[in-house]
Amino acid sequence: MFLDISTRRPADYIRKRLPSMYHQFMELAGVDITKEPMEVGPTCHYVMGGVRVEADTTQSTIKGLFAAGEVAGGMHGSNRLGGNSLSDLLVFGRRAGLYAALYAKDFGGTLAVDSGQVADATRAMLAPFERAAGGENPYSIQSDLQETMQTLVGIIRRESELVEAIKRIGLLKARARNVRVDGHRQYNPGWHTALDLESLLTVAECSAMAALERKESRGGHTRDDHPYTDDTWGKVNVVLRLKEGRVQVSREPLPEMPAELKALFQERK
Amino acid sequence: MPAYRMQVFRGDGRGGEFTEYRVSVDPGMVVLDVIHRIQATQAPDLAVRWNCKAGKCGSCSAEINGKPRLMCMTRMDLFAEGEPISVAPIRGFPPIRDLVTDVSYNYVKAKQVPPLRIKPPEPDGTYRMMQEDIDRIQEFHKCIECFLCQDVCHVIRDHEENKRAFAGPRFFIKLAGLEMHPLDTVDRSAFVKDAAGVGLCNITKCCTEVCPENIHITDNAIIPLKERMADEFFDPVVWLLRRFRARKKQPA
Repeated sequence: MFLDISTRRPADYIRKRLPSMYHQFMELAGVDITKEPMEVGPTCHYVMGGVRVEADTTQSTIKGLFAAGEVAGGMHGSNRLGGNSLSDLLVFGRRAGLYAALYAKDFGGTLAVDSGQVADATRAMLAPFERAAGGENPYSIQSDLQETMQTLVGIIRRESELVEAIKRIGLLKARARNVRVDGHRQYNPGWHTALDLESLLTVAECSAMAALERKESRGGHTRDDHPYTDDTWGKVNVVLRLKEGRVQVSREPLPEMPAELKALFQERK
Repeated sequence: MPAYRMQVFRGDGRGGEFTEYRVSVDPGMVVLDVIHRIQATQAPDLAVRWNCKAGKCGSCSAEINGKPRLMCMTRMDLFAEGEPISVAPIRGFPPIRDLVTDVSYNYVKAKQVPPLRIKPPEPDGTYRMMQEDIDRIQEFHKCIECFLCQDVCHVIRDHEENKRAFAGPRFFIKLAGLEMHPLDTVDRSAFVKDAAGVGLCNITKCCTEVCPENIHITDNAIIPLKERMADEFFDPVVWLLRRFRARKKQPA
């Protein structure tokens, strides 16, 4: 697929308004986008879903855990518009810091740290060093996960592929339990990849399950088998929770839009 | 058949050596892609700092065949198959591990720079700036803080003792941008001369040569700063005028 701006805008304008794009295509591909079309392809750019937070304080459903930015869900609806991530970070980053500080300040009593839990976490983190030879290379699992998500949970989705993706992610999770790394603990990217796998697999599983649940097309989510936007789906969020070691899916109503915002939308119409 | 010979520095603060990896290379790959391929297939513990893969974050600075460059913007088709290609950490900073160095010197220097303090708005509540004043400093804002200019600067590259009183090219463009800012009110002359040590630079232009953003560091930032220092501190006419004024101000 090609994108061509050379026939739409003068060269000076392109160099001035898209300096990075001009520079990157020139340096990395030898393509002058002021003169010729550029080859483009789809990639994962932003995750609209994320940790459920309370909008005013950014506190998650776990007390004392605050989330802001791309890791938090709900801010951008079904598709983030270009440039909105920066204002999201500024507004909610400030709120997160402010309310986390207030939370810490108001925290009464003593904080009991479960040393058994800490020891378990340490053991789990160091386990990849101790596994016997023949364990899995973390990079192979990461690469297979990328392949699975790119082909099956990509731009155009359909039920059969999402079901297949969830099955494959399950197999990858089993392989990840046998991941092995070598070497030291300072700046060891293989080890970091091994530790990241759990999060990568969790996010992948949640994305695929939520995409399977939402039987409509909306924003960044396009279902080949449900190509239309459905108003009833516009009133709910798909929520995923870990229960007894399994991810469970539910639909929960969106908060009602405050009257003053509704009035603004009415005016626009 | 793996055909490219990548000689990558492996080691830490105590020392190390180059290890050769033979890697197959696909069309369009850059050095950072090859380093990642080595990680994924041969050396999972090879330490490297990187983020954007697009020449915008300034994390993947290294010395490739001895030349300071961004790994993500160095195309593999620059090199011939079969000839050794060396990838070393930037030598101007203390090594941590493999290709990762401790660049905290730069953050210490960054904190010392007196920040922008803009003058009050005009009576109608707005600010007015000439476009050419903005265009002049816009170039300096392109800096991605890869610190390749700091790495190559011979004032500090082999002279640890100069680091104390020398800010380096990255901060000369920062200072030039602030000093040329049409709304700024801070006088940084003493800072530029003493703490930043602009006088130590003898304009060999190595920094300009390695800048991945093609900022004219020497011509557009360092030389104007040097000229300003000369005017402020070393111009005999200004010196005389100052003495004259100072005497007049003294009470009789």
